[in-house]
Amino acid sequence: MNIKSNKGYKGASLSVFKDFNVGVWSDVKITTTDGEFEGIILPRIETADDRHIVLKLVTGYNIGIEIGTIKTIEERGSKEAHYKIPEKEFPFDPVKPNVVLLGTGGTIASRLDYRTGAVIPAFSPGELYGAVPELADICNLKTHKLYGVFSENITPEHWLGTANAIKREVDKGADGIVIGHGTDTMHYTAAALSFMVKHTPVPIVMVGSQRSSDRPSSDAALNLINATWTAAYSDIAEVMVCMFGPTSDDYDLLHRGTRVRKMHSSYRSTFRTIGDTPIARVSNGKINLMKNDYKKRNPERTLELDTVFDDRVSIVYYYPNMKPDIIDSLVDNGYKGIIIAGTGLGHVNKPLYKSLQRATNSGVHIYMTVETLWGFVQMYVYDTGRDIMELGVVPGANMLPEVAYVKLGWVLGHTHDREKVAEMMLTPFAGEITERETIDGYLIMQGGLPEIEKFMKEIHV
Amino acid sequence: MKTNQSIHDFNPRAAGFRCGLEIHQQLYTEKKLFCRCPAGLYSNDYDAQVLRHMRPTLSELGEYDGTALMEFKTKKEIIYRLNKKSVCTYEMDDTPPFPINQKAVDIAIEIALLLNCAIVGELHVSRKQYLDGSIPAGFQRTAIVGVNGWIPYKDRKINIIQLAIEEDACREVSDVGHLRVYATDRLAMPLIEVVTAPDMLDPQESYEVGVQLGRLLRATSKVRRGIGSVRQDVNVSVTGGTRVEIKGVPRLPLIPDLVHWEACRQYSLLGMREEMKERGIKQDNLESERFDITGQLSHPAIARLSDDSFKVSAILLKGLSGLLVHKIGFDRTFADDVAGRVRVIACLQHRPVMLHSDDTSVSGFSQRDLELLSSITGRGKDDLVVVVWGPMIDVETALNEIEIRFKEAADGIPNETRQVLSTGETDFERILPGPNRMYPDTDSPPIVISSDRVAAIRKKLPELPWDREKRYKEMGIPHHLSWMLAISPRAILFDKLTSNNGVAPKLTAVVLIELIKHFNRLGGNPDSISDSDLEALFLLYQKGAFSREGFRLLIEGRAHEKDADWMRIADKIGIRKVDNKEIKDAIERMVVSLNDNGTVDDDLKNKVAMGLVMKDFRGCVPGVDLAQMVSEFFSGSDTPV
Repeated sequence: MNIKSNKGYKGASLSVFKDFNVGVWSDVKITTTDGEFEGIILPRIETADDRHIVLKLVTGYNIGIEIGTIKTIEERGSKEAHYKIPEKEFPFDPVKPNVVLLGTGGTIASRLDYRTGAVIPAFSPGELYGAVPELADICNLKTHKLYGVFSENITPEHWLGTANAIKREVDKGADGIVIGHGTDTMHYTAAALSFMVKHTPVPIVMVGSQRSSDRPSSDAALNLINATWTAAYSDIAEVMVCMFGPTSDDYDLLHRGTRVRKMHSSYRSTFRTIGDTPIARVSNGKINLMKNDYKKRNPERTLELDTVFDDRVSIVYYYPNMKPDIIDSLVDNGYKGIIIAGTGLGHVNKPLYKSLQRATNSGVHIYMTVETLWGFVQMYVYDTGRDIMELGVVPGANMLPEVAYVKLGWVLGHTHDREKVAEMMLTPFAGEITERETIDGYLIMQGGLPEIEKFMKEIHV
Repeated sequence: MKTNQSIHDFNPRAAGFRCGLEIHQQLYTEKKLFCRCPAGLYSNDYDAQVLRHMRPTLSELGEYDGTALMEFKTKKEIIYRLNKKSVCTYEMDDTPPFPINQKAVDIAIEIALLLNCAIVGELHVSRKQYLDGSIPAGFQRTAIVGVNGWIPYKDRKINIIQLAIEEDACREVSDVGHLRVYATDRLAMPLIEVVTAPDMLDPQESYEVGVQLGRLLRATSKVRRGIGSVRQDVNVSVTGGTRVEIKGVPRLPLIPDLVHWEACRQYSLLGMREEMKERGIKQDNLESERFDITGQLSHPAIARLSDDSFKVSAILLKGLSGLLVHKIGFDRTFADDVAGRVRVIACLQHRPVMLHSDDTSVSGFSQRDLELLSSITGRGKDDLVVVVWGPMIDVETALNEIEIRFKEAADGIPNETRQVLSTGETDFERILPGPNRMYPDTDSPPIVISSDRVAAIRKKLPELPWDREKRYKEMGIPHHLSWMLAISPRAILFDKLTSNNGVAPKLTAVVLIELIKHFNRLGGNPDSISDSDLEALFLLYQKGAFSREGFRLLIEGRAHEKDADWMRIADKIGIRKVDNKEIKDAIERMVVSLNDNGTVDDDLKNKVAMGLVMKDFRGCVPGVDLAQMVSEFFSGSDTPV
């Protein structure tokens, strides 16, 4: 008996395979109590039940057949699927800038995973060229796959590794770096790279997609084109996130790596600069600057790495009636740094005071940020704030909680000296703290207002 | 040109005509299929606009779909108009799907069972790619509910390949050049697609089966009605050809002509293939050469468009002279087929979209232009030159398509979907998509359809319309009424009212079908009269509250008086319960007054009295009874002299 694949099938459904000597990719005619079904047996999602067999019909549709209804299965052949983006060698043009695309995973390039039924990342320059041929008009592209992980599985190890890879490529003469990354934690990685990669002479552009590239309406191609353009030609030598401005296929925004945040679970235009304007917008090979206080491209500059991270750091998102044991357990488990996302201007309730005092006394560094995301921490306005500062909690200005978290881990990689930590934490290294909040840094349009309704009707949102 | 197959000797059956139907029918549900937006809320108003471009992607089996690549070549900007009452972030593809609308699935299972389909054990939601932009996601979520069914037709079975449940697409607002605009109100409403096998053997059968299927769907009372709620695609082929799909036939009666001319086109294209074979022209040896001839020709159609951004190009096609004037339809030549394709893919809007050396009519090239073309291109007498003009990039696309279309002609009939023209013929719409456009929806888990659920639906299946119709005819209901009643939502009420020697079937049918239609014509909304309203009306009738004639008066009254209470309406229009004495007294009064007037002719008195009595007691007492009483009065002993 020849051995057939049983991808995803188990238990009862697998024994049906054995009974009729068929398997995944078998081209079959299945006779059931309901009637006849013809098609190719497809792999099954591992988490699904063992009562159904998945069949791809000749019309391209998939269906599930309940195994209890099956009378016979007749195998007529087999056809195995090979999902492959047509691979073409990326052309080289000596006059074009050299861009390196580093891959960490995510849906910028992805394919179907039969095991889970979800999309998994796939990545190669040839595949990218096959899928987005426009890239060849922009630059000479090299790609390096560093990791293949969903962004929730990114760790400080990946940040360090990515920073090292950037250094290597920039030293070799890359004119710009693009980093493909899952969007969920892209802003953490952007912050980490902002601190770990110093004096970059070239643009470092992070990019992802909110709709996977296996969909015709994916934002992946446009994001990649704009990110690559930015890396190749822009004057902005900083760590940036390049993602859709509006949900329309119109333009991307370039966000500073320390001020950007994912703000919607599924919108294409999910990334927003918080408390400031984005650096620029990019579309159709044009970069329109929105501000001038960015570091300029300078090939003479040498990139330096500062790749340290102490991962004994946590974020505590405050809620009313929070119990002190939350703080205690962190301290007892050896955490050395805590970022609090406090209410309003930076507050927590009184019952936490004792635990916060105990924490700072035992050498834990605690920094206050705001769960409002927009605005500065200001702990003098109310007595509560003064009391909390007395406990040794330090206001973190207008650092975003996630950015403060990354920064504290990075700072604690350098020193645990209380004063030195505070000095580093409160000194802006990469725009994570701004001196002032510009008057257009906080704009959340509200639907229903006549002027916004007018805007939405006339402009592609 | 002589070919052994031309439109003049075309006979559908002899040519091996085969036709299959794809019926798209909206289901009657409160909400959409994968989100909680209200279904059936139509409006041309919009609150926001979104812009998208579509890119081809790979199918599950790792191949690009032909249609997808074609749509990508057209480089369209697509604008979606969003109305916040009918559309949420799901339809604009910014939110993943919500769990499927199970009520819609129930209706789909019911229809699949009526079509004798085998119901699947699990629904697997797939993405069917649409790169024309008709769905913002670039794909339609769709799932097979049943396969391998059949319906009876004549003395045989028409096979049903499958029934799928899917979300509806956008309505096109405009499509000019590289910009296409869609309204999204219809988008994502639940729909079923019923696909028949190509079992119809002539154009008339195609129509009749379409009618039969439509009636089956209507008979469930769970499908939407009205403009756009049902649309059919028709697949046509002839022996030696290939399947061509005519998209979006708006009305069934158009089908016979459309499929006849489409089959005829295919038949004639096969003849042209033979001609090309005789000339020794194959896909891989077709010789062509391109020339930039901007500014050289004087033809007014070209001269009109001359400006800096425009380019005029000629393509020389060796050995292909005469083919573009080959007749492929009543009033169409192969040139129309080529032009249709160029117009769609290259987005060239002007008419004519191209000019060629075969065209010897007054609208063709002048002798001077022809000579110029020949000298530039080196055209010999067997060669063909086609000229296109427009924006440079579109002209390039156009030249490619012309060449591809001739290569396909050497092979036979290209797989296409075709659009309906007002002339009853068809024109190119896009390349026919294949199974490669299907892709599993990774956002949706498989949905188990339990055998208990199917059994429960099977138990409550409505009677088939053709069975119902037969039964109604046997009850003595005239043909036109049984035909309509068999698929009417009132059929169940009809059965209830007429059972156990209830109301007379014919009268019931007249009220439920014709009087309700009458009500509609008077401006009333038929849905505003519920089944229980009608039941109450029949109960009043049975109690003798009014006569047969009263039905019409009461229903008219309901339309005019805007009142839903039958008794109040009756009161307003003067229908009341009367006894014989009241009528006799009235007759007597009238005859007395007639006598006073000096009327002497009894016959005349009888007629006038009848008219006056009818006016007073119309609807209260049956007309025959009144007539009887009047004539009894005149013939009776108590006649006043």
